[in-house]
Amino acid sequence: MHFSYLSLIRQAFAGNAGWPRQWRDPEPKPGYDVVIIGGGGHGLATAYYLAAEHGIRNVAVIERGWIGGGNSGRNTTIVRSNYLWEESEALYDHALDIWQDLSQVLNYNVMYSARGVLMLAHTVHDVQTSKRHIHANRLYGIDNEWLSPEECRDFCPPLNISKDIRYPVMGGALQRKGGVARHDAVVWGYARAASGLGVDIIQNCEVTGIRRSASGAVEAVETSRGAIKANKVGIVAAGHSSVVAAMAGVRLPLESYPLQALVSEPLKPIIPCVVMSNTIHAYISQSDKGDLVIGAGTDQYVSYSQTGGLYINNHTIEAICELFPTLRRVRMMRGWGGIVDTTPDRSPILARTPVPGLYINCGWGTGGFKATPGSGHAFAHTIARDEPHPANAAFTLERFRDGRLIDEAAAAAVAH
Amino acid sequence: MLLIRCPYCGERPEIEFRNMGEAHILRPTPAASDDEMADFLYRRSNTKGLIAERWRHIHGCGRFFNAVRHTVTDKFVVIYKSGEPKPDLAVLAAASTGGARS
Repeated sequence: MHFSYLSLIRQAFAGNAGWPRQWRDPEPKPGYDVVIIGGGGHGLATAYYLAAEHGIRNVAVIERGWIGGGNSGRNTTIVRSNYLWEESEALYDHALDIWQDLSQVLNYNVMYSARGVLMLAHTVHDVQTSKRHIHANRLYGIDNEWLSPEECRDFCPPLNISKDIRYPVMGGALQRKGGVARHDAVVWGYARAASGLGVDIIQNCEVTGIRRSASGAVEAVETSRGAIKANKVGIVAAGHSSVVAAMAGVRLPLESYPLQALVSEPLKPIIPCVVMSNTIHAYISQSDKGDLVIGAGTDQYVSYSQTGGLYINNHTIEAICELFPTLRRVRMMRGWGGIVDTTPDRSPILARTPVPGLYINCGWGTGGFKATPGSGHAFAHTIARDEPHPANAAFTLERFRDGRLIDEAAAAAVAH
Repeated sequence: MLLIRCPYCGERPEIEFRNMGEAHILRPTPAASDDEMADFLYRRSNTKGLIAERWRHIHGCGRFFNAVRHTVTDKFVVIYKSGEPKPDLAVLAAASTGGARS
């Protein structure tokens, strides 16, 4: 069913009894042209663009749990593209372009809200790196501008710009096109649109092995619901990428860490934008429901526990309370952890693997949500044509062998 | 927060330690290929299950040591000194299904 004002009125008068399932729940077929392992935002977007732009509709998305139940449902929903290097600018800005009219294209309100992302600077070093980012971005045509502390406060009134706090605000870099989107809606919008084009979304189906032919090429995936033949397989498994890739004998330059986030009780609108601070490890925005959405840092050790140390959250809360003293008595409602797959250069991998027919989209680390549409779009191109899209051409596995790293680590060591 | 037993100082809270990544990764010879260097520098096991890793008691004795930890439960199975051989993770996995702590 096409969602429109008319369909809303019709359903309202029909007692809302006629809304159909938004995506099908099929049994797996014996084989597919492409099997995507991982039903998060990136995997579902990949399947959607395979069907919508490349005419490959015999596609399955295989998900161990339920779609969007991993990092797609655990992130802080920030969208921005103000990265330092041209390779990253191309990739993240490709995503930002798609965000602009994604709701219309998918016929599903993903609630993209370009309310601005303000990244604070607290030290002389911060000011210098922020300005370097701004100049790099403006050369590339990405909006990013420098605000004085007073301009920061005008843009975000509850911000404390006193000179006497531990890390006073010395200014900030503002990307006005940045903002937030609704994480569930992105997953559901892509799932509904992909399913409508013929993509099978198979939930509660765990991949247990990747079978290869005598020539080494991918032949099938073994799952908890039987073997499924596949001409091509795309791994989009986030924190579990190393585990899945190992099934095909591929060893990845990844380490998986818990990354935490938390939300407060709902408040009336108070934080009008996204505020991030890499130096004091905090980022915050306010959802349309009213809760403050707060992102913390990663734990220091490899873990798949989907939980993290409480002291990490404490550290973030201390920083938030100093930046926004008015929030000191707000109660936190829930906290959780996701497992983020980080690369040594903090840039993702969207590429072919040494195994013919096997492709991988991983390494998004602490900042994958913002790239969901661009990642899916570029990865679908890579799978369909067996060559990368210009936006992801540099994000290969071989860059670690060849020393062509895309080093975003110094720029965004925590909030990414 | 983890409680970690430094082999020199005893049990201390995690914030006294720095995790130093996967253990038993040997530096290749100068004649190594680019691919072998990439293995050494970047490629990691990232196992879901038992891993051998290095820790440093940086806010205590400052010394390095190794540990085998389960990456789902975060429980430490064996803690041993640097230079001692790598335990057989398959044997430990079979023996420690209960997740015993050393």
